Amino acid sequence: MSAQAPAVPATSRRRLPPSVTRNLGLVIAFLVICLIGYLTAGARFASIDNTMTILRLAAIIGVVSIGQCFVITSGGIDLSVGSMLGLATVWATTGATQYYADSTTWLLMVFVALAVGVVGGILNGVMVAYGKIVPFMATLALLVAAKGLAEWIANRQTQIIKVRGFEQFFSNDPLGIPVLVWIFALVAAGGWVLYNRTTFGRRTIAIGGNVEATRLAGIKTDRHIVMLYALSGLTVGIAAVMMMGRTMAGTSTHGSLYEMDAIAAVVVGGTLLRGGRGTIFGTVIGVLIFTTLTNIFTQNNLPLSVQQIAKGAIIIAAVLLQQYIASRKTA
Amino acid sequence: MVTDDHQGAPLLTASGVVKHFPGAKALDGVDLDVYPGEVHCLLGQNGAGKSTLIKVLAGAHRPDAGVITWQGQEVSFPTPVAALRAGIATMYQELDVVDGLTVAENIFLGNEVSVGGFIQRTSAHARTREVLQRLGHANIAPGTEVESLSAAGKQVVSMARALSHDAKLIIMDEPSAVLDSEEVANLFRVVRDLVANGIAVIYISHRLEEIRQIGDRLTVLKDGKTVASGLRVSDTTTSQVVAMMTGHEGTLDFPPRTAEVSDEVVLSVRDLALDGVFRDVSFDVHAGEIVGLAGLVGSGRSEILETVYGARRATSGEVRVSGVPVGRGNVAASVAKGMGFCPEERKSQGLLLDESVTRNITLSIFARLARLGFVDDAAELGIAREQVGRLGIVPARPEREARTLSGGNQQKILLGRWLAHGTRVLFLDEPTRGVDVGARAEAYQLIRELAATGVAIVIVSSELEEVVGLADRVLVISDGRVVHAAPAAEIDEHQILDLIVEGTPA
Repeated sequence: MSAQAPAVPATSRRRLPPSVTRNLGLVIAFLVICLIGYLTAGARFASIDNTMTILRLAAIIGVVSIGQCFVITSGGIDLSVGSMLGLATVWATTGATQYYADSTTWLLMVFVALAVGVVGGILNGVMVAYGKIVPFMATLALLVAAKGLAEWIANRQTQIIKVRGFEQFFSNDPLGIPVLVWIFALVAAGGWVLYNRTTFGRRTIAIGGNVEATRLAGIKTDRHIVMLYALSGLTVGIAAVMMMGRTMAGTSTHGSLYEMDAIAAVVVGGTLLRGGRGTIFGTVIGVLIFTTLTNIFTQNNLPLSVQQIAKGAIIIAAVLLQQYIASRKTA
Repeated sequence: MVTDDHQGAPLLTASGVVKHFPGAKALDGVDLDVYPGEVHCLLGQNGAGKSTLIKVLAGAHRPDAGVITWQGQEVSFPTPVAALRAGIATMYQELDVVDGLTVAENIFLGNEVSVGGFIQRTSAHARTREVLQRLGHANIAPGTEVESLSAAGKQVVSMARALSHDAKLIIMDEPSAVLDSEEVANLFRVVRDLVANGIAVIYISHRLEEIRQIGDRLTVLKDGKTVASGLRVSDTTTSQVVAMMTGHEGTLDFPPRTAEVSDEVVLSVRDLALDGVFRDVSFDVHAGEIVGLAGLVGSGRSEILETVYGARRATSGEVRVSGVPVGRGNVAASVAKGMGFCPEERKSQGLLLDESVTRNITLSIFARLARLGFVDDAAELGIAREQVGRLGIVPARPEREARTLSGGNQQKILLGRWLAHGTRVLFLDEPTRGVDVGARAEAYQLIRELAATGVAIVIVSSELEEVVGLADRVLVISDGRVVHAAPAAEIDEHQILDLIVEGTPA
């Protein structure tokens, strides 16, 4: 029977695999934005220095967006990432200044930040999977609570990090690329492999496509949902470490509104908000589109307000495009 | 000659209707004529063009060619609202009522009785009561929220809405699909009442026995063409209809039982109970045996299946597979022990509609095929190809999205999932629901073949004929209890019906 089936070469019309064609429009949009940057700001925009500035700007929000991409693919959402990031920096730096100071290894600080992120994520996951609370509300609750906890711990003060080794590590730029960008690249690459090549990614996509069918197929969906939010929390912890490395400070205002930027980047990147379909590559491009735009506005001395309006317009355009493609597919 | 028993002119005629969609010709020359006061049955397999035709008649699609006349005038309805204004109301399969609104608000939705923007609730309720009275459902209060009504109740609301528009033709797309047999009887009473008042009904159903009970004339579609138009139901035999629909002399015969049922008990259920739903359920299934659960919707038959499988957590009782107990309410453990489940709601509970056939088939085993957590796409494709070939899934393209396949082929994807998994106990809930007649025989054959390989099968079906014809042993379920168990050879449909009725509290 299967011999009759025209095997692989049946799709001669399209040579490119769907993962590429789906992202093609996005890449073109990104290149158009870069072109606009070059036309308006010239060599100032196109320099290597400026490219690194853009990438450094993209790195922290980018790491958070990778975690968010997994959660959104599963049909969920994580609104707590911004204030959890702030909490993680506060917790880690408070410990650093009060208990282990600059005499002990700064790895402990890193560990605390990661642990805060992961524990927060597990909390989200348990609320969603076992408490059956809708993700929007569960993570909104943690957004509010984490913010309060961070302010309480820090007593509304900024903790300055005076750990020499930490500072040195983050001021490195191996091969001319800042450490922050290296970390983003590693997280993005790891995220891509996890998403596209592993059973973890496959479960995530299946849950987003149809959680009931996935459960009835014998997959432990509740446990996986906890792990998804824990993963998002882990990226928050990594981003918190990066934030401390960049600013040498911990404060509850770190990461403020990052949840919005991350969700926007993921959705503009082509991941469906209803779940079941997503792309790590698109998410990275989505982050780059927004940060490049910010950079172009700064280069041209345009006010922040104009920039916000442009961001809003891009989000609407991307969602309209998604809906158009979806409607063509079902017609 | 058909016009002999109809006074006057046809209400609606369609001739040579053609409708193209990108890449497909959905209608390719359809003829239909409907007279006032008749029930005109529209028959055809999945994909024959029934849905497209009713959408054309209801103004949701514009035909590419052909002529439609309404009350003698050539018409072309630009929108569904225009068709509704003219007097054609459509009840779609997925009931289009708004759950959060009341019965009256639903009936007058888009057509509100208002003065200066304020809804005149009293007069709307009065008119609603009047319409519901006509439908013999005066028991439904106009102020009831639709959400609290049963599927049958929602259907009545949908019908009332059609009547409130003074519809002269009501198109019903598989109205009985969501109803149990008692509710179907009620639906028929309403339909007879409508036609007695001169309203015409176009009735679509997969259940051929219904056509015989309610239909006056029938039109058969196949591959977008009319193969028979306006035949009188009383002059047409069921096998003729099946022959026209399938293009060959179809039979609903069940394949003969060939395999011997072994002595080995694979599934053993003891004193299983789910509070408020069923209790004292005990039965064994042997390797190679097919056990059928017969009962009405709401008797607890589907819940029993789901609870044994672990999709619901039993209140008490025990389930064993080959003697090993399985934890309660744990699907993953059940699957690991060798159970598999094809749910009634294939689309919402079984399939990842946007994913490929391959990924749907390997959903239960991709983790097993993976190495160190990395999925093995090549191995998955190999297994998918094997199942596609073995089950004859059409089109034989594992990369196709599950959404694009017909109901019968979607069911085969689910079977393939469990075959690939090496399932030893398979639960089938309404395996032929939404599967057209031609594909049913094939499904029966497959289920028998599966049993012959030693799989223990438990099947639930609303169609008693299917339970008796397919199963080796029948358990009759009524009001949450097993009221009778017998080899299928020693029981027939009438006895089962009697048992069900006896067991149902008055």
